[in-house]
Amino acid sequence: MDSKKLKGGIFNKISDTNLLLVITIVIFLLMYIGAIVFQGSGFKKPQMFFNILNANAALIITAIGMSVVMISGGIDISVGGVVALVSMCCAVYLDKANGNVWVSMLIAIGIGLAFGLVQGTLVAYFDIQPFIVSLAGMFFARGMTTIVNTKPFNVQNPAFVKLKETRIKIPGMGSYNKKGMYISAYIEIGVVVALALVVILFLVLRYTKLGRSFYAVGGNKQSALMLGINVRRTKFLSHVICSLMAGIGGYVYFLNVGSGAASHASGMEMNAIASSIIGGTMLTGGVGNIVGTLFGVLSLSTIQNIVASAGLGEAWWTGITIAGMLCLFLLIQSIVIRQKKRALKT
Amino acid sequence: MLEMRGINKTFPGVKALQNVDFSLNKGEIHALMGENGAGKSTLIKVLTGVYSKDAGTISLDGQTVSIHSPADAQRLGISTVYQEITLCPNLTVAENMYIGRGKDVLTNWRKMNADANKLLKKLDIPAKATQQLANCSIAVQQMIAIARAVDMECKVLILDEPTSSLDEQEVEKLFGLMRDLKALGVGIIFVTHFLDQVYEVCDKITVLRDGQLVGEFEIKDLPRVQLVAKMLGKEMDDLSDIKGERESYHSADADAKIFEAEQLVSDAGIKPFDFYIKKGEVNGFTGLLGSGRSECVRAIFGADRVLGGHVKVNGEPVKIKGPRDAMKRGIAYLPEDRKVDGIIGDLSVRDNIILALQVMKGFFKPFSKSQANAFAEEYIKKLSIKTASADTPIKSLSGGNQQKVILARWLLMHPEYLILDEPTRGIDVGTKVDIQKLVLELASEGMSVTFISSETDEMLRTCSRLIVMRDRKVVGELSGDDLTQSKIMSTIAGGE
Repeated sequence: MDSKKLKGGIFNKISDTNLLLVITIVIFLLMYIGAIVFQGSGFKKPQMFFNILNANAALIITAIGMSVVMISGGIDISVGGVVALVSMCCAVYLDKANGNVWVSMLIAIGIGLAFGLVQGTLVAYFDIQPFIVSLAGMFFARGMTTIVNTKPFNVQNPAFVKLKETRIKIPGMGSYNKKGMYISAYIEIGVVVALALVVILFLVLRYTKLGRSFYAVGGNKQSALMLGINVRRTKFLSHVICSLMAGIGGYVYFLNVGSGAASHASGMEMNAIASSIIGGTMLTGGVGNIVGTLFGVLSLSTIQNIVASAGLGEAWWTGITIAGMLCLFLLIQSIVIRQKKRALKT
Repeated sequence: MLEMRGINKTFPGVKALQNVDFSLNKGEIHALMGENGAGKSTLIKVLTGVYSKDAGTISLDGQTVSIHSPADAQRLGISTVYQEITLCPNLTVAENMYIGRGKDVLTNWRKMNADANKLLKKLDIPAKATQQLANCSIAVQQMIAIARAVDMECKVLILDEPTSSLDEQEVEKLFGLMRDLKALGVGIIFVTHFLDQVYEVCDKITVLRDGQLVGEFEIKDLPRVQLVAKMLGKEMDDLSDIKGERESYHSADADAKIFEAEQLVSDAGIKPFDFYIKKGEVNGFTGLLGSGRSECVRAIFGADRVLGGHVKVNGEPVKIKGPRDAMKRGIAYLPEDRKVDGIIGDLSVRDNIILALQVMKGFFKPFSKSQANAFAEEYIKKLSIKTASADTPIKSLSGGNQQKVILARWLLMHPEYLILDEPTRGIDVGTKVDIQKLVLELASEGMSVTFISSETDEMLRTCSRLIVMRDRKVVGELSGDDLTQSKIMSTIAGGE
C-alpha cells in the first residue's frame, strides 16, 4: 500500500471550504490594497475601513446566519423583511410607547426566534421548500411592518439615542484633519456585536457536533441520515439560527439608522446571499465558512465604496459592479475547484 | 441474538416483504441472498430504520426493540455499510468516521484525527484523517465506510454489497476483518452477488425470493447449484450452456470495421490507444479496477473530452465531440454508474425508456401516449423488467431492473454499436445470464458490442476478442485460443 502515494499534492491537504476561503481573503486584500494605491487619500485612513464595518455590521450578522442555512442546503430570503420588521417594532415601542431599551432588544430577538421556529418547522417537518417558506415569510414581514406603522420616523428616546451615539475609540488608528486636529478612529457597538457573533458562529460550525451536522446535511442529506444524524432537527436549527441572526441584525441595523421605516433593508436578503457566495459558501450546500462570509461582506462594501469615491455614486453603477464582482468570484471559484479536481485525477 | 419475525413491508404497487423471518447468532457470518427485487435491501433498510415496517417484530438479545431511524439502529449497536457509499463527500475522512456518533457536543479534532489515523493505519487504508473525502477514490471511500462501521463496537454488522467496488486484495482484507470480528462475537449480515465470497466466509445462508422467505440453510448443506436454484426458484440454465448457443454473425460485411480509432486520447488520463470493432463482433476491455477500462469507452463515446486521435465510423472519418455526435453515428453507451449517469429517478419507467429516442427525434415532436406505451410495453416484456406498471417512477425499481430499463432505452435506438460498461455489476445471477444472452443474441443479429465487466469469466463467455489494460494503457489483445483465464491474468500482471 505504501506505493499508493496520495495524489494531488497541495490540493489534497485542503478542503473545498478552506480553498474558497483563501480565495476570498486574497481577492479582498488585493482589492483593498488596489483601492489604497489607486484611489488614494480616503482608503489610506484606517477610519475608512472602520466606516465600512460600522455601516455593515447588520449585514455581517444577517449574512453569517444566511451562511448557516446555505451550508445546510437551504436558503432564507425573509431576512431583509425581518430586519425591517424588527426596526419598526422597536422604533414604535421605544418612541410611541416610550419603552425600555433592554426590552426592545428582547423584542428583536423574540421576532427573530418566532420567524425561525415557524419557518424551520415548515421546512424541516413539513418538507416545504425553504425558498417558498421564506418567500411567504418575506411578504408577511414586509406586510406586518407597514401594519405596525405606515410612515417612517426617527426615534428620539434618550436612552436609545445615547446607545446609538456610543463610539468605541480605537487607540493609535486616528488621523489629523486639515486643521491639524486629531480625530481618533472609532467603531460602533454593532460592530462589536457582529464580530462577537462571527467568532461564536465560527466556533459552533467548526467544533460542535451540530456545526458539523450542518455541513453533513448540506453535503448529502441521504448520507447524513444514514450516518445517524437527525436531519430534520439539523435543518430546523439552521433556520432558527438564521432568523435569530436576522433579528439581532435587525436591531443592529436599527441602532445604526435610528429609525423605523417599511422600506428599510430592502434587498438586504440578496446582499446577504451575495456576501455568503462571495465568501465561498455554495448555494448547493455543504461548503462554506463564517469567516469567509465576513470577508464577503467586506468585499461587497469595499467595491461599493470604490465605486462611490470614483464619482459613480448612482445606484445602478453599484449594482452593475456587484454583478460583475459576483460573476468574477464565481468564475474564479469554479476554475480553482476544477483545477483541483483535475490535479487529483491525474 | 437478533430475531426478526413476520416482517411485512408494502410499497405502492409492490409487496416488498411478506412475512419474512430472519435470525442471526453471535459470532456468525450470515449471507442474505436473493435475486434483484427479492427484498434483501428492503429487509436491511427495515432493520436499520431507513424504512418503517408495516408489521412484525425485531428483537435484540431477547428484548423487543423499535427502530425508527438510522440513529436508533446505531445506538442499539447495529452498524451498516451500504452498497452505495453513504458518506458526506464534503467532510474530512475522520469526520465521516465519527459524525453522528457519541454524545459529545464539542469535537475534539486532535483526538478524532489521531484515532482515525490509527484505525486507517490498522486497516491499511491509503487515506489521511484530515483529507476531504471527495479526494479519495471510490474504493478507498468504501473502505472508510467499512472502517466507520467496524469501529462502532457493534453487535450486528451489516455489509450490503460492500465488495462491488473493491479489488481482490481489498476484498481479502475485508474478509480478514470479518473473521476477526466474528471471533469477537459480532454477528455479521453479508449481502453479495458473488457466490465465491459467500462460500469463502459465511456460515449460514438465508434466501429470499419475491419478498418471501425461501429458507435458512447451513452453508455445508447447500451446494452452489442448489443455492442458485433456490434464488431463481427454478433449475438454472447451466452457465456454460450459453457458450454453445453462441453463433457468430455471418454475412458479406462481417469483416467491415464499423468503428475504428487511432491514438485516441481523452482528458481522463489514459494513454492514447488504438481500437476497432467489426460488425457483429463482441469485444471487451479487461483489466483491474482503475486500469482505464471505462475511460477508454468513455473516450469512444465522447463522454470525456477527447484531446486527440482519429476516429472512423464505417470507414468514414468523423469527429465525435460529445455523446450527441456518437449517438447520431449509431453508437450507444450504457454507463458504469447507473445512479449518476443513467437514470432519471423521478421519471416513469416509460419515460426513461423512450428518453434517448426522444432526444434524437427532437423535443418538439413528442411521441403520442399510445406510441410511448407500446415501446415501453414491448421492452418491459422483452427484458422481463419487474415493475408495477410503465408509470412507476424508476427509482422505486430494484437495481437490476433499473439496469434493464437503461438497456431498453438504448436498444430502442437500434444502435449499430452498443457499449456496455459493467452492465451486470451488483445484479443477480439470473439477470446476469439474461443480459449475457441478450448480448450474444444482438451480436448474432449484426450489432457490434463492447462489453466491460470485472468478472473475467463473464467476459470469456461473451467476448470473442479482449483488449487488456494495465495502468491506464492498452497492454495486449487476446482472441481465439488465447482467451483463457490464465492468459488474461498473465497479460494483466505483465508476465509473458
